[in-house]
Amino acid sequence: MKKKDENISAMATPAVGEAGKTGDWRDMRPVHDPAKCIPCIKKKSACFLCWLYCPEGVIKATIPLEINLEYCKGCGICAEECPGKAIIMVNEEEKHG
Amino acid sequence: MKSIVENFDLFAPKLVDKEEYYSSGHRACQGCGEALAIRLMAKALGKDTVVTNATGCMEVTATPYPTTAWKLPWVHVAFPNSASVGAGVESALRVLRRKGKIADRYIKVVSIGGDGGSFDIGFQAISGAMERGHDMIYIVYDNEAYMNTGIQRSGATPFGASTTTAPAGKESVGNKNWKKNMAEIMVAHRVPYVATATHSHPIDFMNKVKKARKVNGPAFIHCLAVCPTGWRSSSETCIKLGRLAVETGVFPLYEVENGKYKFSPDNPPKLRPLEDYLKPQGRFRHLTPDQINIFRDMAMIEYNKVLERVKHSKSWSELK
Repeated sequence: MKKKDENISAMATPAVGEAGKTGDWRDMRPVHDPAKCIPCIKKKSACFLCWLYCPEGVIKATIPLEINLEYCKGCGICAEECPGKAIIMVNEEEKHG
Repeated sequence: MKSIVENFDLFAPKLVDKEEYYSSGHRACQGCGEALAIRLMAKALGKDTVVTNATGCMEVTATPYPTTAWKLPWVHVAFPNSASVGAGVESALRVLRRKGKIADRYIKVVSIGGDGGSFDIGFQAISGAMERGHDMIYIVYDNEAYMNTGIQRSGATPFGASTTTAPAGKESVGNKNWKKNMAEIMVAHRVPYVATATHSHPIDFMNKVKKARKVNGPAFIHCLAVCPTGWRSSSETCIKLGRLAVETGVFPLYEVENGKYKFSPDNPPKLRPLEDYLKPQGRFRHLTPDQINIFRDMAMIEYNKVLERVKHSKSWSELK
């Protein structure tokens, strides 16, 4: 908290992860396959529907895709909406596939 | 498979602000459609916005004191008065600007609320703010029940939905009425810009928010937000259900500019069978074919009403 306004008694400050590390909620983990990903194949920014549809905003629209697993809740929207099926959901218990 | 990759030309980030105004790590459920809608709305609004938020899911999940997910100026107010606080903020900013106490730049006030805080509890506050013609946007995130407190029916719950206060059973089909047509009520308030949108059509939704921002006067957007918890569907179907609601005609997308109805281009030319929309949702699981027919009739009345208006409505300037 940088500056406190005297007129405000209860002020919340912006923070990433205000509910803690929400990645703990996850039981399915998104795994990205660059061989099927449209921007990775075309080598230019295109598509990025996963980034647009992520309610959490944890996907970074870069090549290759970056998913912040610290806050990803594992809802599976990115895997469902990916037109090339480049993201698959794997069980947290299993080894990285 | 190959053709999808080659023919895919949609480039989402080109049209959309890359800055995140609604930070990750908030407390919304997995696959929350409302959180997505808020994130898209904040991207469309950009800086120079003040948000007032009625109590509801989006207030509870975004701000456990002392931190918040909002990177825009944001006020939490009580359940009924999001619109009236928005109206007050708008008036105060106008006066402060006139007196030279704040920098002279245009700041839009956006009031948001869930369907409970807008259709039922906050209804008179919205009615008042819209009728007085404040320069603000009201956006309602309609997830079709009071999801925050545990899925109680609201004025926005559709026919046949099983909720905790309208449970389905031997004698009951769940909720008995069709949802309130809020957009039409707002048109009756002579609001210059009214639109319906879903988060499943993000570019359409963001264009509508940007258009509402440019309106000098009140604007109202009704956004259908899928709630996987309350709709009893799996979290990854969130986007799909919003799209199906539009494709089956349950939630037509349209905008009303100065009384003239216009269909949005995302509406399908031919409607899909209603069962596609009802089947993935647990809250409609108990519906028999007869009851689905009643649902279809109710939905089609609303859909055809919009079609009629698109054909025949005239803008107010033409009616002089």
